[in-house]
Amino acid sequence: MPELSYREAVRDALSRAMRADEDVFVMGEDIAEMGGSMGVTQGMLAEFGADRVRNTPISEMGIVGAGIGAAMQGMRPVVEIMYEDFLTLSLEQIVNQAAKHRYMSGGQLKVPITIRTQGGAGWSPGAQHAQQLEAWLVHVPGLKVVFASTPADVRGLLWSSIYDDNPVIFFEHRTLYGLKEEVPDELEPIPLGQARVHREGTDVTVVATGRLVHESLAAAQEAETHGLSVEVVDPRTLQPLDERALVESVQKTNRCVVAHEAVTRMGFGAEVAAVVQYAAFDWLDAPIERVGARFTPIPFAPVMEEFVVPHANDVLAAILRTVGKDVDGG
Amino acid sequence: MAQVLSGGLRRVIGDGEGVPDGRVDGLDDADLLDLYRSLVLLRTYDERSVVYHRQGRIGTYAIFWNHEAMQVGSAHALADEDWIFPSYRESAIGLLRGIPASTLLSWWRGHPAGWWNPADYNVASICVPIATHVPHAAGLAWGKRLRGESAVAITYFGDGATSEGAFHEGANFAAVMRAPLILFCNNNGWAISTPLAAQTRAETLADKAVGYGMPGVRVDGGDVLAVFEATREAVERARAGEGPTFVEAVSYRAAPHATADDPRAYIDLARVEEEKRRECVGRYEGYLRRLGLLSDEEREEIRSGAAALMREGIARAEAEPAPDPSILFEHALASPPPSFAQDLAELRRILGRTEAGGAASPRPSGPEGAGPEGSV
Repeated sequence: MPELSYREAVRDALSRAMRADEDVFVMGEDIAEMGGSMGVTQGMLAEFGADRVRNTPISEMGIVGAGIGAAMQGMRPVVEIMYEDFLTLSLEQIVNQAAKHRYMSGGQLKVPITIRTQGGAGWSPGAQHAQQLEAWLVHVPGLKVVFASTPADVRGLLWSSIYDDNPVIFFEHRTLYGLKEEVPDELEPIPLGQARVHREGTDVTVVATGRLVHESLAAAQEAETHGLSVEVVDPRTLQPLDERALVESVQKTNRCVVAHEAVTRMGFGAEVAAVVQYAAFDWLDAPIERVGARFTPIPFAPVMEEFVVPHANDVLAAILRTVGKDVDGG
Repeated sequence: MAQVLSGGLRRVIGDGEGVPDGRVDGLDDADLLDLYRSLVLLRTYDERSVVYHRQGRIGTYAIFWNHEAMQVGSAHALADEDWIFPSYRESAIGLLRGIPASTLLSWWRGHPAGWWNPADYNVASICVPIATHVPHAAGLAWGKRLRGESAVAITYFGDGATSEGAFHEGANFAAVMRAPLILFCNNNGWAISTPLAAQTRAETLADKAVGYGMPGVRVDGGDVLAVFEATREAVERARAGEGPTFVEAVSYRAAPHATADDPRAYIDLARVEEEKRRECVGRYEGYLRRLGLLSDEEREEIRSGAAALMREGIARAEAEPAPDPSILFEHALASPPPSFAQDLAELRRILGRTEAGGAASPRPSGPEGAGPEGSV
């Protein structure tokens, strides 16, 4: 089994899809000779040529809009928005166009576009380059939203996103690009809408996304020293959400923590908490805990960034609160 | 060939007095009559739609009276394989591609029978947000090139749309990619109540094309033949791989922006009256008569044919049964997730309760699809 980094896994999925299907192409800012700001598309220009690995003007609304136009005729464009913070420049095209065309044509027009983007804190890029904005998009009927946390997942999920007939917003986390793991020789598509249990446990369920999956796994390891068995579940697809997997896990453990890097307030974690409390109210032994960034822009100063975004110790503290151990308050 | 008037405005149709009529190469007498049929079809559709709105039979409606020459002239310059991206002002342009009147009227009634599959007619869904479809057209056109297909795309928008970011990004994208696209601007001088002078300091909108590195041409928007000829040249360029063209068709809005608009508060009424006297269908009729190509009988036959089509169209649209609420959840996503079925079951439970109790009707009373004035 080859070992791939998260970055290589994204590239592998893109390249395999482009080899398999002439209608798949990639388009974005600085993705050709430069290979993208995160190096994801490095080497692809040589294999596929400048028409299918297409540099574009600095033009997020144009990139997404043109991708929609290409998708309307049955092509499967994968467009890259360099930072998810720049999705804001293309929101009209995503929210009012890509998400609505199928509905407003009575299901007759499909827009199978995949919009890849990346973001997150971790190397202190500042308030306009470090956000996690997935909660904005899970709110829009007509979109699918994916957030992969491992090389195998990112590869299998990206393939499924490209071949999904709906518009898919595909989030990658910047700090994960160097993460390596062994992956199967053959790409195994991972169905959208299917959660993954990373670690089984009996006392507390942690529902985590993106970078926080790894922070939560570290916290779960640490929780063993407190005598706690923690289950870590990654929804992987945020919209549609695999509600059944989350609820079944909590019905087993009776406690739930939700962890993401995005701000806690009004966040995706609130939706998970609502789903779990509604379906598993009588199973819950403690209030559902939420872990996320503090409700403030991400600061530029590295030391300050650390104060705002969550880490393993924040997840561990939340786990302990669900069993009545308040490590912060003593 | 067209004459070029002051301001670079191209014109073919004369005024029956000092300005002589021209001819367009490649258009025979039958083609000239086809253009007339299309003009009358759109004119009849538009005038009847205003009436249907007043009668409460369709919702708020965007009027295109006196825009017919721009739509007909340009659409006739396309091949069937070419894609049309309309704005709301071109809501009925699909009639020229065979979309039934009942479908378009159903669209304005907010009925699912108003949906069409764009790929069946190569006519995209109508975009109401301004200029938002310009990048779509650029992307589709570029995709055609990427696939090695010969089709081109045309996108329609108004003068106000040139202020939008999406116009800029779509135009620039098309130019950079040499996408086979025609950017067709119907400059009627008004963006609802905002005149062109408050929209741009550019001398002409066609001047903007220079900044994108594409040709910009100006044409009399009331002259169906000049529009046809200019668009045909742009289509030929696009098909030959020479990239996009910006066509600015100049006219003056002689009708309200939409049925919810009363332009008396802002428009030059004397100018409107002048424009109505030289409206585009009448101008072309004069041209055909001077050539001896249109008899009174033919004129009557064409007009009554269009009127009959509208009567049949509205009757068919009104005969459509009320839609089932399940369509609310059917079409937002391919292979809808379980939550859609849960939401539908919940809605059916509530509807069942109100119907049984007679407390509330799930359908609003009053004319179906009739929106209140002002709710554009």
